[in-house]
This record gives sequence, C-alpha cells and structure tokens, in this order.
Amino acid sequence: MSDLTRKTAVELSELMAGGEASSVEITQAHLDRIAAVDTSVHAFLHVDAEGALAQAADVDTRRAAGERLGPLAGVPLALKDVLTQDGVPTTAGSKILEGWKPPYDSTVVKRLKAAGIVILGKTNMDEFAMGSSTENSAYGTTHNPWDLGRIPGGSGGGSSAAISAYEAPLAIGTDTGGSIRQPAAFTGTVGVKPTYGGTSRYGLIALASSLDTPGPCARTTLDAALLHEVIAGYDPMDSTSIDQAVPPVVEAARRGDVSGLRIGVVRELGGEGYQPGVEARFREAVELLTKLGAEVVEVSCPHFQYALPAYYLILPSEASSNLAKFDAMRFGLRVGDDGNNDAEKVMSLTREAGFGDEVKRRIMLGTHALSSGYYDAYYGQAQKVRTLIARDFARAYEQVDVLVSPATPTTAFAIGDRIDDPIAMYKNDLCTIPSNLAGNAAASFPCGLADEDGLPVGFHVMAPVMRDELLYQVGSALETALTEQWGGVLMSKVPELEVTR
Amino acid sequence: MPSITREEVAHLARLARIELSDEELDHLAPQLDQIIGLVAQVSEVAAEDIPPTSHALPITNVMRQDVNVPCLTPEQALSGAPAAEEQRFRVPRILTEEA
Repeated sequence: MSDLTRKTAVELSELMAGGEASSVEITQAHLDRIAAVDTSVHAFLHVDAEGALAQAADVDTRRAAGERLGPLAGVPLALKDVLTQDGVPTTAGSKILEGWKPPYDSTVVKRLKAAGIVILGKTNMDEFAMGSSTENSAYGTTHNPWDLGRIPGGSGGGSSAAISAYEAPLAIGTDTGGSIRQPAAFTGTVGVKPTYGGTSRYGLIALASSLDTPGPCARTTLDAALLHEVIAGYDPMDSTSIDQAVPPVVEAARRGDVSGLRIGVVRELGGEGYQPGVEARFREAVELLTKLGAEVVEVSCPHFQYALPAYYLILPSEASSNLAKFDAMRFGLRVGDDGNNDAEKVMSLTREAGFGDEVKRRIMLGTHALSSGYYDAYYGQAQKVRTLIARDFARAYEQVDVLVSPATPTTAFAIGDRIDDPIAMYKNDLCTIPSNLAGNAAASFPCGLADEDGLPVGFHVMAPVMRDELLYQVGSALETALTEQWGGVLMSKVPELEVTR
Repeated sequence: MPSITREEVAHLARLARIELSDEELDHLAPQLDQIIGLVAQVSEVAAEDIPPTSHALPITNVMRQDVNVPCLTPEQALSGAPAAEEQRFRVPRILTEEA
C-alpha cells in the first residue's frame, strides 16, 4: 500500500469502499505520521489515539455489515481545540482551561461523529483564537511545514499545519477574522469560512459571537466541500443558525465551471503593504480565471479600509463579555483560594495567571470600548462602520457574483517577527476581516508560491450570504487549471519533514 | 499625548478583574495606547445617520418549546469544577469582613 497519509479524503474513501484499506489502517497510518513529525511541527495539543482507533474500528464493522455510510466515513480529521468533544481535553490554547474535559459534544463534533469521521485529536491555536500565528498559544508555537522557522498562520495554525504536514487529510477550523483562511493561505491548503450562521456555534468556545464561524480545512477543494456538507445546516441549539438548506457546495466543487461568472477584483485590497510575490500570483490566477471564461472587472469597496479598526473594537467588546465566564468558579483554573482571599480576588489572580498577554490586551480594550463615555465613539461607531462595509458588499454584488483578493498581504512570516508588535500582527487579517463583519462566505485557495521566498500564496474568494457554493465553483476551477499547469498539486512541493522515531 | 494613560489601563484591569503587576502594566499600557490609536480611525468615517449593525444577518429571538430534554447530570456539570461540595460549586467567600 502506497503511503496512505498522502491521499486525499476522496481517495481514502474510495480505498475503503473498494476494500483496499480499512479505516483502522488509515487511522493508524496518520497516528504514525503524527508520532513521526509532530515533535517538529507541534500541530497537536492532544492526540486521542485510543478514541480514534475505536471510532475507526466501529466504521469498519459497520461497513463490513453492509451499512450504507457517508462519503467521509472512516476518514481521519484534526479538530481545532476550541470545539468541545465529550471527555476529550479542550483548552482553546489557554492555561485557564488546562486539563478541562467538556462533558458534551459541540454540534460540529456530533455531526462529524454521525458521518463516521475519525477524530485524531485537538489542534493548537492562539489562545481563545486571538492571534494570527499560534504564537499566542499557552502551549507553544506550531511550525509551518513549508519552513519550520515560520508560523503556520493563526489562530487555526494547528489545523492548517496538520493537513500540510500530512498528519490528517481534513481539519476543522473556526474563523472570526480570518482564522481559517489566513492559515490556509500560509500553508498552501484550502480553508473555507461558511456564511455566518451556516455552521453551528454550539460547543464552540466563543470569541466574538457575532463573527465566529466553524468551517472546513483540506488539501483539495472537493475534500473541503464534502466536509462542509457534513458540518453545515440548521441547528436549533444555536440561536443564530440559519434555517435553510445547505448550499450545493459538493456539486459546485465537482463542476468547477466559471464560464460566464462575474468576478470583481477589490481595488482596496492590494498595493502598498502587499508583497510583490503575493500580488504576482494573485494577478496570474485572475488571468487564468479570465481564460476559463469568467468576466473580470475591478470594483471599489471604499469602507474596507476601516474594517480593521472596526473589527478591533467589535471583537474585543464581544470577547471581554464572553470571557467573563472564566471566573475561576465553575471550571478551569483557580488561583489563590487560600481561605482568606474573597471571590473577586481569586477571580483577578486566576485571570492574571490563566490569560496570556493578547487576551489581556483585548479584554481591556473591549472593556474600554464599552465603558460609558467611550461607547458611542468606539463601539457604537464601529457598528455603524460595519453597516457601511455590508453596504459596500451589497453594492458590489449587484455588479458581480463573487469578489476576489489576495488572502493575506504577505506570505508566512518568521516565528518571533511580530509577536511584540500587535498592530503589525493585526494587519495580517486586512483582506479576511470584511467578510466576517458582513457575515458572508469566503475562502482561501492555494495559487502558487511567491518568487522571493518560495512560500504559498492564497487566493481569496468572497461570496454573498448563503451562496457558499460559488466559492467552491471558483476554487475548483482554479485548482484544476493550476494543477494542470504545475503538473501536480501545490502541496506536492512541500519539503519532506525530517522523521523522528 | 497618549490616548490612554497607565492609570487608566490599571483601572480597566480592575474592571476586567485582571490582577496586573507593575511589570505587566509597563508592558501592556503602551501597547494598548498604540491599539487605541489604530481603532480610533473609525471616527474618520462620517456615519451620523447610519444605523448600527450588531449582527450581520437580521435575527430575531428564538424560543424553543418548554419541554424537558436530556441534560447534564450534576456529576457531569461539576466534573470541571475547581472545587465542589454536596453537589454544588464551592466558591471563595463573596462578602468582605466589613460587609
């Protein structure tokens, strides 16, 4: 059997259907890969070998009994550590939740399990998803498999690194300002932020409730679409869940046709501050889509330049409220409970010891933005800017079907480069934030390597609310054309990792 | 002229129930000042008559039927508690001596 870890989810599914490999064999191959390379990548915070093999054996038994199984049954997956899984440690990358084992499954996990998907373990992330590099994790930085001296993106850097290091063919991420798409761009993989409300937030440890969206990560567009279909759909446990049919994402990924599709290049997402190699690959991808029959025009979204400041008021405001639940009373860390200190003191000591710098910065910023005297100037004004950004999108979608831009202004940066410069770090998410504020669907697809550093570049596609299938239509057309042009998928160029035993 | 002083940051930390040492304040206060400089750019946008958006999509309150559904057992609910006693969360004292 050739290396099972190099297969796509679709290929693994075919091998299992044809009786050429069992889920236990496939799962074991990925666990072996994790054991061999994760010392240098550090994508996982927890590997649940026993649970994964039991899940795999169950799928094999059901298949042998002739049960009809879904297309991803038996395929392994890496789960971002921000989603609860019953009985499995869940930390959200924070010391304050070290050792916490949630007593319930998130809706995403419930659906993964129902589809027979095998959960290998929990992946590293910036603490409470606040960050763009995994450097804010309380448990160490994840390394980018393309260059171990660089960050894999964030907050979902563990998930993107796991799939680009062939530790898993699929992963789950969550996207509040780009935490699925930016890591996908930095690791040459596919990352999709579904429409807000298209996937359930139940059991997702909340960062900013009006923005958080779980979504699929994979090495191919079709794999991502199949995973999207599994996790998406109405959930009565999430009050902002959309009660509509899941957009036809799998069909769109299979079709991959852009002829006649109207594509708008966002004028404001390019130019100064953008790396030349990123812009070059982006332009070539746009030209390729034109050749494939898409009609490309330039569009202007003038308020996008205020998306970043508005986001850094809205997100901290919501986060400061959401993170108030970490009060040392009902779960997680408790510090200074010596019988003398009162609850408030214990709470303050616990939050000092349990939260990292970025979390403290954002909680204080949110507290400031919501305080009387500042509310109208900061939070209130940011909400108005949010309206203007949504209107920019609405106007653009009158002219075009989808909008495109680079996924990030630069390629993956070196570990340590921006950790003490919060503003430089925040600018990573310039292109991805507008879609979160407007709640629409967006994705990053690999479009080549930048000339100056040989690192992956992401092509960003934005589609209207509940038109997620358009993302896959563009991504799949691009993937097919580029794979043909390169004579293989981009991921085949990732350097071989040194294997430790 | 900083947009936020060290004293104001210390006050925010107290409001947010985060104990901060002097070293942490030295480190975090200038960073917060920079960040506030960035986010204050929203004031450049003329938006007097623009309605605020709290959620991207129109949402209404959702009610479910008032029926019993399976829920966590007391043991499960207390499984992550830092301290528990008699099927309850045990917490530090809430009132101060003077109260």
